[in-house]
Amino acid sequence: MSVPDDHAAAAAGSGGIQGPLGFPDPGPPRFDSVADVRDRLAQAGYLADDGMAGVVHLADRLAKPVLVEGPAGTGKTELAKSVARVTASRLIRLQCYEGLDESKALYEWNYRKQLLRIQAQQVVDDDDPLASGAGRGAARTWHELEEDIFSEEFLLTRPLLEAIRTGEPVVLLIDEVDRVELETEALLLEVLSDYQVSIPELGTVRAERIPMVFLTSNNTRELSEALKRRCLYLHLDYPSLEREREIVLTRVPGVSEELADQVARIVRSLRTLELKKYPSVSETLDWARTLVVLGVESVDAEQAKATLHVLLKYRSDLERAAKELSMGEGDANRTARHA
Amino acid sequence: MLDVLTGFVTELRAAGLPVSMTEAIDAAEAVHHIPLEDRQALKYALAATLVKSSAHWKAFETAFEVYFAVRGPQHGGDGTDGLDEEAPGDLDRDDEATGEGAGLGRGRGGGGGEPLSAEELAEMLFRALKSANTAQVAALARQAVTRYAGMEPGRPVGGTYYLYRTLRNLDLDGLLQRLLEAARQEAGGELTPLEERLATDEFRSRLDRLRRELEDEIRRRLVADRGAEALARSLRKPLPEDVDFMHATREELTALRRAIHPLTRKLAVRLARKRRHGRKGALDFRSTVRHSLSTGGVPVDPKFRYPRPAKPEIFVVADISGSVASFARFTLHLVYAIASQFSKVRSFVFIDGIDEVTPFFEGVDDVAEALHRINTEADVVWVDGHSDYGHALSVFWERWGEEITPRTSVLLLGDARNNYHASQAWVLQEMRHRARHVYWLNPEPRAYWGTGDSILDEYGVHCDAVYECRNLRQLEQFVSELA
Repeated sequence: MSVPDDHAAAAAGSGGIQGPLGFPDPGPPRFDSVADVRDRLAQAGYLADDGMAGVVHLADRLAKPVLVEGPAGTGKTELAKSVARVTASRLIRLQCYEGLDESKALYEWNYRKQLLRIQAQQVVDDDDPLASGAGRGAARTWHELEEDIFSEEFLLTRPLLEAIRTGEPVVLLIDEVDRVELETEALLLEVLSDYQVSIPELGTVRAERIPMVFLTSNNTRELSEALKRRCLYLHLDYPSLEREREIVLTRVPGVSEELADQVARIVRSLRTLELKKYPSVSETLDWARTLVVLGVESVDAEQAKATLHVLLKYRSDLERAAKELSMGEGDANRTARHA
Repeated sequence: MLDVLTGFVTELRAAGLPVSMTEAIDAAEAVHHIPLEDRQALKYALAATLVKSSAHWKAFETAFEVYFAVRGPQHGGDGTDGLDEEAPGDLDRDDEATGEGAGLGRGRGGGGGEPLSAEELAEMLFRALKSANTAQVAALARQAVTRYAGMEPGRPVGGTYYLYRTLRNLDLDGLLQRLLEAARQEAGGELTPLEERLATDEFRSRLDRLRRELEDEIRRRLVADRGAEALARSLRKPLPEDVDFMHATREELTALRRAIHPLTRKLAVRLARKRRHGRKGALDFRSTVRHSLSTGGVPVDPKFRYPRPAKPEIFVVADISGSVASFARFTLHLVYAIASQFSKVRSFVFIDGIDEVTPFFEGVDDVAEALHRINTEADVVWVDGHSDYGHALSVFWERWGEEITPRTSVLLLGDARNNYHASQAWVLQEMRHRARHVYWLNPEPRAYWGTGDSILDEYGVHCDAVYECRNLRQLEQFVSELA
């Protein structure tokens, strides 16, 4: 971490993170190639397709944040966690919510401690008659005091600043960024584009190592252009049949190939229906686990119907799915009541 | 490479995608870091840097396929020499050019030296699809295009017609039936309904892949024939949010319906948020004092009461005659999806008679079903089933006018094409006195207003505002202003 003395130094941009083209120098690459990303993620139990691996690779090389968007439960957060695991980095997570502000995201002054410090000073002053009274001495003390209480000792770091300050390799995950207000997004911009945080009293804090940054969004609102422009964009959709089967095979212990195949195929068929909420990957995994626990070797209509409520969470969806997948009219209602 | 890239960015912008200068630079930088011979990697690198919304993916993909089509010197020759003469060796060459061809396909193409007959082609396609041999399907798709599309070099077309011709000859529905039959036999006679459904979905997805292969192939040849820029121009389509309701094709309507669901969710979130944060209420003295305790009694952080949300009542009065039906449908869809934001929504539909349809929406999960019931059950025809705004409005006023209160906003949806009946514009004048707002949404372009039998001007003077509302973007904007 480097803390320049004043803003002039910060503005001059003499830091070590500007590359020749104005791109930040990402430091030693974390991954060798796209294939390397994919293989290592696969070892950590996360199956990435070419697009995902490609974007992660680019994010590493270009030192740019990745904005991951897509329906809930497609592995957006898991991607960041897995990348942290394979690069042996610390994962710093900022969970966004409505009303998130600077003091929760960036930093905060520990004013209780500052108050204590001031009170302690008063005690010292009262004991020392020379310091109090004399105008010049008081001014000097005040200056010293100000320097003192706005020093790092009194700074409480929050996730964004923490990710920048720490010297160890870091993956920063800003989760569900669409939940903050449009105005709050601006807080992120400085961190995302320049990997620095300006603190008026202290100066600019620069990252020594550029962290890998992932932002996830469930797309409940349009993010601002400024934010999007700074990020690489990755849309995570429901996986293809083959990938989903592989995911089930890796993540569910004790599942047979045949069962995984059937699960993936039924889920794909469900996603072609018009439902309120499509089954997500995590729900597919839950379903596969349920079937394994129940000791099911191969799913027939009867079993699918009885366990469908793991996949679908709306009554109308359950009814429609039961009807469409030809599991019998009368029984559909029974399933729905179970749910 | 840089030329191609700038051309590509220009094309994206022309297609309506917002690509900024920095994004273009990022794309150029990203290209350095990927192996250029890897077309997929290039595609994802460009997508990650240039496309920042999943709704724009389709437009990007089309442009990408055109600009970075797989091209080889032989392919260039294809277009000029005429496609039919090239047929015998075609299979071979394509394989080399794309580098993904099947050994199988090459063997046959080279060994036979003759174009496959129609029956052979169909049979091989059937077998390739059955065994899910993607490489062979791709090779056969090329063969099929050569044989059936009948492409004429130099014609300024986007290729839809070629695709249609090829598909008609291949008879995909028949193939699906054959595949299912084969699956049934393999299972030993009968499939359970669930298995049947799964098999159907599987074969459908394989046939979809074939269809995509055909499209790609046709596009490749068109690029070779006419050049990327010209083709990109004819393939350009409006983005989903810009599609005109009145002139949307069937696929576009399906896409719109799909787009409207996330849109309503977004709108609802935004409105709820606006309500909570839009205005602050009066100072909450008690809470302020309570919070000042942590700063030693100094009220550093004043607290405010939450404002009481003003939930407007909405009366939607929609023309559902043939000319504007699809527009009315979308508006009803949208209004109902965010009904939680309004204290009361009542809807009325008319052609020349008028009927209240609010009950159709009550307790229904599926808006589409409610709309279907409206179209079949509502009593909206009075004389001849041609729009008569005058009669509909006066009946509306007679039967429901009393219920309009100063909290009510009235939305009138329609093109005001009155078939030269009496306008009865006084109804709107009265309505405006009683209601909070009266808005008119017209799905016609502004330039057509007041031409022919459109009497929007007569109605418009009595409305608070008249909006042109031709696509999702405009509709969304209106609804967010309303709430």
